Amino acid sequence: MSEQVTRPIRPRRPRWLDVVGVLGIAAMGFTVWLGLWVTPPDVVQGNLARLLYIHPAIATVALYWAGGVAAGGSLLYLWPRTRSFFWDRLAASAVEVGAVFSALTLVTGSLWGRPVWGVWWTWDARLTSTALLLLLEIGYLALRRVPADLDVRAKRCAVAALLVAVDVPIVHFSVDWWNTLHQGGTILDPGFDLHVHGIMLWTMGLSFVAFTLVFVWLLGMRYQVEVLQDAVGDQELDVSLSERWSEDAELVGVAGPAAHGSGDAP
Amino acid sequence: MWHDAVLVAGKDLRIEARSRVGLWQVVPFALLVLVLLAFAIGPDQASLRHAAPGIFWVALLFSTVLAIQRSVAVESGEGTRDGLRLSGIDPAGIFLGKAAAVGLQLLALQIVLWAGVTFLFDVQVHVVWLAVVASLLATVGLACAGVLYGALSAGLRVRDTLLPLLVLPVLAPILLAGSKAWQAALNGNASSGTQWLKILVPFALIYLVVGVVVYGPLQETA
Repeated sequence: MSEQVTRPIRPRRPRWLDVVGVLGIAAMGFTVWLGLWVTPPDVVQGNLARLLYIHPAIATVALYWAGGVAAGGSLLYLWPRTRSFFWDRLAASAVEVGAVFSALTLVTGSLWGRPVWGVWWTWDARLTSTALLLLLEIGYLALRRVPADLDVRAKRCAVAALLVAVDVPIVHFSVDWWNTLHQGGTILDPGFDLHVHGIMLWTMGLSFVAFTLVFVWLLGMRYQVEVLQDAVGDQELDVSLSERWSEDAELVGVAGPAAHGSGDAP
Repeated sequence: MWHDAVLVAGKDLRIEARSRVGLWQVVPFALLVLVLLAFAIGPDQASLRHAAPGIFWVALLFSTVLAIQRSVAVESGEGTRDGLRLSGIDPAGIFLGKAAAVGLQLLALQIVLWAGVTFLFDVQVHVVWLAVVASLLATVGLACAGVLYGALSAGLRVRDTLLPLLVLPVLAPILLAGSKAWQAALNGNASSGTQWLKILVPFALIYLVVGVVVYGPLQETA
C-alpha cells in the first residue's frame, strides 16, 4: 500500500532561477579569467592582490545579502500578517548559504593574511566577529535540525536568526569601532577614496555581480530543497502511519497475547 | 509587566531557595572550574595572576549555562509552561522575571567567584568601581541572552546539548569585554577598562529589548 501513498514529488523550479544560475556561472568564469590572466599583478602585493577579486565579494554576500535575507525573512515570518512558510524557508536557506560564505570569507582572508600579516589568524575585531557569525550560523543550523512541528520550528528558528543578525552590524562596524588590523570598509567606506584602478576595479566590480548571482542561485536551489524536505517529511509520516495501521490490523487478526508475552524477555 | 516580572522572579528565587540546587551544584561547579583552569595553567604565580580575569569569566560563563538550564528545567514539569501561559502573565514580564532571577543568582555567584579568585590567585582589584560596573552590566547581558536562548531550547529533548552550542558563542563578547575590563581593573588602568564597558552596554540593551519583544512568540512554540 505504500506505493499508493508515495507520490513522486516533482519540484517546480522557476525558469528565472536557471537563468540566474547560468548568468552566475558565466560571470564567475569571466571574473576568474579577468582576475587571473588579464589584470596585472599589484605593485606592492604582487599576485596576492588577486584575492581582492574574491574576498570582499564573498564577505559582502555572507554579511549583507545572506544576513539581510535571513533577518528580513525571519521578521516577516514573526509578523503575524505576513506569516508564511515561504519566509521561514527563505531565511533558513539564507542562513545555510550564508554559513558557507562566512566560512569562505574566513578561508580566503586567512590565505591572504598568512603572507601579508605573517599569521593565518589574529584576534582582530573583524576576524573574531566574523568567526562568531559562523559559529552563530552553525548554532542556528543545529537548532533547525531538531525535529519539531513545522510551525514551532519556524518560530524558534526565526528568533534564532534575529539573534544571529545582531552580529552583522557588529562585523560591519568593527573596523570603525575598534582599531583593527583589518583595513576599513571596501565599498561603503565613509571617506570614499578608492585606490583600485582601471581593469582591476572592473574585475572587482564584476566579482560582486558574479558572487551575488551565485548567491541568489544557491539561495533559490536551497529553497527548493527545503520545500522538498518538508514534502518528504510529510510523505514519510503518511507512509509510516499507513504501515502502522496495517501492522495493527495483522496483529489483531493473529495473536494479541503472544506478542505481549515475548516483549519483556531481554 | 513589572509587577508580573517581580512575581515570576520571586517564584523562581523561592524555588531556588528551597531546592538549593544553585547553592549545592552551581556554586561548587564554578569553584571547580577555577581550580581546574588553575591546574591547566600550572602553579606559576605570575601567569596565574595574569590569567585570573579570564579564569573568572570562563567560570562565570559555564556556570551561566548551568543556571539557565536550571531556570528552564524549573518550567519543564508537567504542564508548568501551560500553567504559566494560561495565568495571563505578560510574556515580557515572564522574561524579565526569569532574567532577574538568573541575574541575581549570577551576582551572588560572582561574589563567591571574586572571593575565590582573590584567595586562589592572590589578585587584588585596584579599580573596584570598574570591576563592579563591568560585572553588573555583564550580568544583565548574560541573564537576558541566557533566558532568551533557554526559552528557545525549552521543550526540546536535545536541550542539554544544544543550549551550550547556541548560547556560548552569543556570550563570547561578554567573556571578551568582561575579562578585558577586569584586567584593567586589576592593573589599575581605568581608562582602558571603560573602553570595554562600551561593548557590555549595547549587548545588555540589545538582548533586553529583543527578549521583551520576542519572548511572547517564543513561548507559543514550546
